[in-house]
Amino acid sequence: MAVATKSEKIQRLAELTAVSETSTGASLWREAFRRLKSSKMAIVGAVIIVLFVLIAVVGPFLAPYSPSAQTWRGEVFPNQGKFVGARDGNWFGLDHLGRDLFSRMLVGARQTLLVGIVATLIGLVAGFVIGIVSGAAATLGGDTGRRIDSVIMRFIDMMLALPSLLLAVSIAAVMGQSLTTVMIAVGVVQVPVFARLLRGSMLAQGNADYVLAAQSLGVRKRRIVLSQILPNSLSPVIVQATLSLATAIIEAAALSYLGLGNPDPAIPEWGVMLAQAQRFFSYAPAMAVYPAVGIIITALGFTLLGEAMREALDPKLRG
Amino acid sequence: MSLLTVDELTVTFGGRGRKESRAVDGISFEVDQGQVVGLVGESGCGKSVTSLALMGLLPAKGLTIGGRAEFDGTDLFTMSPSARRDLRGSEMAMIFQDPLSSLNPVVPIGVQVTEILERHRGMKGEAARKEAAHLLDRVGIPDPTRRLKEYPHQLSGGMRQRALIAMAVACAPRLLIADEPTTALDVTIQAQILELLKELVDQEGTALLMITHDLGVVAGLCDQVNVLYAGKVVESAGRRELFAHPTHPYAHGLLGSIPRLDAPRGEPLNPIRGSINDRIAWADGCAFAPRCDRYEMGCLTGTPELGEPRAAGHQVRCVNPVLDDAKAEEVPA
Amino acid sequence: MLRLVVRRLLQLIPTLLGLSVLLFLWLDRLPGGPASAILGERATEAEVARINRALGLDQPIYVQYWRFLKRIFEGDLGTSVQTGQPVTDEFFLRFPATVELSLLAMLIAVAIGIPLGYLAARKRGGWLDVSAVSGSLVGICIPVFFLGLILKEVLAVKLGFFPSYGRLDTGINATEVTGFAVLDGVLTGEFDASWNAIHHLILPAVTLASIPLAVIVRMTRASVLEVQDEDYVRTAQAKGLKRSVVRGRHVLRNALLPVITSVGLLTGSLLSGAVLTESVFSFNGIGNFIKTSIDGRDYPVLVGFIMFIAMVYVLINLLVDLAYSIIDPRVRVH
Repeated sequence: MAVATKSEKIQRLAELTAVSETSTGASLWREAFRRLKSSKMAIVGAVIIVLFVLIAVVGPFLAPYSPSAQTWRGEVFPNQGKFVGARDGNWFGLDHLGRDLFSRMLVGARQTLLVGIVATLIGLVAGFVIGIVSGAAATLGGDTGRRIDSVIMRFIDMMLALPSLLLAVSIAAVMGQSLTTVMIAVGVVQVPVFARLLRGSMLAQGNADYVLAAQSLGVRKRRIVLSQILPNSLSPVIVQATLSLATAIIEAAALSYLGLGNPDPAIPEWGVMLAQAQRFFSYAPAMAVYPAVGIIITALGFTLLGEAMREALDPKLRG
Repeated sequence: MSLLTVDELTVTFGGRGRKESRAVDGISFEVDQGQVVGLVGESGCGKSVTSLALMGLLPAKGLTIGGRAEFDGTDLFTMSPSARRDLRGSEMAMIFQDPLSSLNPVVPIGVQVTEILERHRGMKGEAARKEAAHLLDRVGIPDPTRRLKEYPHQLSGGMRQRALIAMAVACAPRLLIADEPTTALDVTIQAQILELLKELVDQEGTALLMITHDLGVVAGLCDQVNVLYAGKVVESAGRRELFAHPTHPYAHGLLGSIPRLDAPRGEPLNPIRGSINDRIAWADGCAFAPRCDRYEMGCLTGTPELGEPRAAGHQVRCVNPVLDDAKAEEVPA
Repeated sequence: MLRLVVRRLLQLIPTLLGLSVLLFLWLDRLPGGPASAILGERATEAEVARINRALGLDQPIYVQYWRFLKRIFEGDLGTSVQTGQPVTDEFFLRFPATVELSLLAMLIAVAIGIPLGYLAARKRGGWLDVSAVSGSLVGICIPVFFLGLILKEVLAVKLGFFPSYGRLDTGINATEVTGFAVLDGVLTGEFDASWNAIHHLILPAVTLASIPLAVIVRMTRASVLEVQDEDYVRTAQAKGLKRSVVRGRHVLRNALLPVITSVGLLTGSLLSGAVLTESVFSFNGIGNFIKTSIDGRDYPVLVGFIMFIAMVYVLINLLVDLAYSIIDPRVRVH
């Protein structure tokens, strides 16, 4: 056996161990993103969303005609069941008032996206605040805090006791027909979902062992819990928000169907278009199918991405 | 002839484009009728995978099993799944580490005991219930008839493990595999459970394959001990021989790392450096080399072979074994 | 058990009281206030003033709320603007229809969803799994009323396999006993009426089942996948039990627990869906009446029906919780 110096031995060992070294240092987020990139679901979802946002942004500029101009009014007779289908210049055909359906779809994408985003934001922000107040009261406020928390949670239970659509209907009925109404009504429905998410996250923080450990070292519990909520609840909130965008778009369409959508003809929105088209479904199914397919594909995009993110972030599914 | 003969068993995870990793890397050992054999090592050394492979409880996909394992002369790995199921629970049975998660939370204890009697001993109804109560009584569960109606969460940790043992011995198996049966229990309960296992093995002449990281368990129970490291047996000997003369630096370190009450005050503990993740591939040399105090350049030229440097029947896989007994004297025999 | 029921019932009281406050304030905030809610929008000022006096609207708000509450307890929820009938009567007239529809929809969702989700999990990654998962994802993205519209147009109007609207054909002679059309037919021996009612129920029920079905498939699949890897399943296999016993007693029994909870929560979306589905198929239940009440600004009906529906929803979830505590021994002890 050759006599080796200590440094040679260490060197040789380092070479051999370097090979078997695995990438252990990857952070949760980087890992999740890597999984997301390799998920077909996520890619399909992301592509749909990018396309949809693109249409929403540039669509109105590309629209060949004004979405509200009843240019071909004289060619369409809804009462007699006479409609105009796809043809040169009107690629999707005309609606029941002689407007260009293709242009309305392009312009409508922006409104649909807007309804989805604003509604989700309303739900997110309000839910966030309620959730944090409730969670903070429960974890930091002692007996009084716990009482405050249980009152808030009763209120949330109450909101959940109403089927979401009926809750939205009630709100819309008070506020009258408008785009804002739809956004608020759909947004309010999302509030309990986000509130529970945040509160749950906070309670989990409050009971975590490391909080106890830090507390025993003299760190204020409030500081730990508050500084940890945001980073720790960020991923579930993003997942929920993505999924909520899909629900919001579908729910807005349902409100439109119930006659509570935006009545302004100059601002087309897919949900309203679909709702208006259902009366003429037997004669001109295309009028309903275009906005419906638009809604379904968009909602699917957000759902796919949201579900893929949920899977990527779930430690149990990682392996 | 041995009851169980394991020959060059390998279990490889991954493959098909994924990175392969070999959890069990050519393990061979034997268990004789009525013998208690220990598989000892740190978590990640492949001991649990070995036991699951022998029971046929590894998932069907995502891994490959190599080598042979013969139970009473028949090859376990070429057996049909249904023949294997007939064997499981009746001829060979297993006890798991975590008694709470190993019991079905929504099924009464009684049903979980009688189902095995129905399956292998053809018992039904009242007869099965009576036998189940008898089994619970035998493993030291008081008031067995009442316990039969209860659910796992209503039992204490020790009771749960007793119930699992009752299920395992229900059909008087010839081989019992116990995978860390005491790890999840309180120390006082641990001793009781080990006592119970010993008793059952002695009375019935059941062979026991004891899987553990706890040298105390080995010292109290096993006839033959196999020390595992990174998927390979690194040392194999009778209990007395191993404790008297641990020869592989890993086994030597394991025994040396046990704190001793009779050591002088202020004497430092002797842990083994690093963790099982600090290793090299067996193909490159000895996997233990990065943590070994006795490591030489010669340790890095291919897998060391099992040899018998000290005594016949005492196998050691090491290029530079501990043969001077100076240090080993500190270790209790 | 009884104590649990009582405690849960007592817990309902604050929820329902809060709801009544909400609805009271809502009614108060409606365009035109309660007077026009009662009289409709065509009321003259004199009429409004008379109603306001009659309702005691000149009194403090808590007095008004107290009266509102008292009326609710007396079962008086006002009268429908559309029909002039008491709201309570209108509700119970239509309730059986919606129950019948929802039950059938839930039956479809459970009967297909649980086996499908289970098989998908068993053959994870196989064609059945992939199609079940993608199907359920698409399922929750289709607006319920659009699905109903398509089914109605294709299967009822174009192909004529099913009737396209209503609960019974006009020519059918059906005696009403309970209000449940299918049950009544069986009770009175008018089996053709029963059959006719079922025929009318199928398309709306399938439409209504779409979302619960999608959710149950995914829940069951996820739950089975999780339970499959549990230690106790491994124990069951180590006992050499037959595959059917391992799958039935050890996998399914545990995997279905969370699915049962979700069935309770799904009744909420079922009631939402009923509003849309019933109006697509002109199915004369609660949902359809809510839709016409929205169109006709029939606020007393909206308030009353929402109150009833919230109560039904809360009670169903109470029942599901109780059922759960019977099935899961771990909950039973507390």
